Amino acid sequence: MRIDLHGLTKSFGDHRVLDGVTTTFEFPHTLALIGPSGGGKSTLLRLIAGLDAATAGVIEVDGRPLPNDERSLRDYRRGIGVVFQAYNLFPHLNALENVMLPLVHVHRIPPAEARERALTVLRRFQLEAHAGKQPAMLSGGQRQRVAIARALAPSPSLLLLDEPTSALDPEMTAEVLEVIAELRESDTPIVLVTHEMGFARHTADIVAFVADGGIPFSAPAVEFFGNPGTESVRRFLAKILRY
Amino acid sequence: MRRDHPSKLHAFLRDAFFDRPGGPRSPHAVTVALLLLGYSLACWYGFSRVAGDWGLVWNYRVAFVQGWFLTILISIAALFLSTAIGVAAALARRSAFLPLRYTAAVYVESVRGLPLVVLILFGFYVVANALQWHDRFSAGIVILSLFSGAYIAEIIRAGVESVGRSQWDSARAIGLTTAQTYRLVVFPQVLRQSLPPLAGQFSSIIKDSSLLFIIGITEVTFAAQQVASATYSNLAAYLPLGLLYLALTLPVSLLTKWLERRFRYET
Repeated sequence: MRIDLHGLTKSFGDHRVLDGVTTTFEFPHTLALIGPSGGGKSTLLRLIAGLDAATAGVIEVDGRPLPNDERSLRDYRRGIGVVFQAYNLFPHLNALENVMLPLVHVHRIPPAEARERALTVLRRFQLEAHAGKQPAMLSGGQRQRVAIARALAPSPSLLLLDEPTSALDPEMTAEVLEVIAELRESDTPIVLVTHEMGFARHTADIVAFVADGGIPFSAPAVEFFGNPGTESVRRFLAKILRY
Repeated sequence: MRRDHPSKLHAFLRDAFFDRPGGPRSPHAVTVALLLLGYSLACWYGFSRVAGDWGLVWNYRVAFVQGWFLTILISIAALFLSTAIGVAAALARRSAFLPLRYTAAVYVESVRGLPLVVLILFGFYVVANALQWHDRFSAGIVILSLFSGAYIAEIIRAGVESVGRSQWDSARAIGLTTAQTYRLVVFPQVLRQSLPPLAGQFSSIIKDSSLLFIIGITEVTFAAQQVASATYSNLAAYLPLGLLYLALTLPVSLLTKWLERRFRYET
């Protein structure tokens, strides 16, 4: 998987969250974006997801530039999966119906087949027993796993995870991270925004440091954590690893 | 020390009239019985001083029943029409097409700022008259629906706005179109959220329909007024009127409470 950013800028009013970022990520499986809050990680992920339009600049995913118009962006989004921090699931549908909804209404798979496919994915994440439960009856960790199942069911070419564990307690965090780690065995490439440094170190191929509207440093995980080449990364890691 | 060892009388009064933590589970029986007795005496004394010829009014029972059925008919028709108007106005207020959005905003805000009486008088004697629309019954239903529709628009709008940004994000991330998002994600949630307040609005429609008597629609309030002036018996005409309205609004109120429990939103 290769993602190129060319002069990528995103402003909200006068505030430039991303300021002319140009870089290339090449990773076999997982790219982790880390950095301080408000540094632009989630904004970058939303741009890659085609949920927001860049103010200026271009994103290329595997050499194909992302379109600008909403209709083409929708087609692009249909080919990828996204999981947010929380409230991904539709509260009026049970887990199975949540996973089936995009299969039936976006990918036009006949309901019976969609049901089989959804059950297969839920089974893979040990969620079969919870298929008939509404999101309100699931734990936070189960909800995030169902959300990942829903994102994966249409076999996306790329999976984007925006701080998928930051609203969870440590035990549920572990349960969700385990699922994400298992995804390495499948072929779906992942871009992950996370605060879990240990997880980024063990699971990511490439770790990128997003701060102050730019990406001052990115490197293979071992190098990133073993010998961070930039002062700002060293300071960030020292700060969060102190306690 | 008195608090720890209350006298028998003190304990009885406390248990009979006060709801307190740790008290008896059903302390209300004495209170309810005493209140019923007291208020009944007050009513009996009050009503005995007002002329009430129940026998004379009984002769007009058909007028009451016909008026009551007309009230029900008007309320049900207005419920459906005002729901349609309310949903359309709520969507129009969110429209990207500005003339539509502003039209809906002016409609909702001006109607909510007007007393229903003014709307009925103006709607019937000015607007309907100018349109050569002389059918009181249909004009009354439309005016009542336009009034109630503005409130329903706000109920629906609150429901749509309560569906969080994250739901829209998730729907877009999946690749749903805007129309699909409304149909599959937003409206099912709005319906659950809005059913209790909509049922409450239905109760308001029933009560508000009484004002249509001023343009001569022969609903139940009109009937009661006719009976009162024909028999000079205000009590015997207006007491049944109140009871006939309660017979409609109390079940709706119970329905509202049931819906609130049934669709209480879990987050």
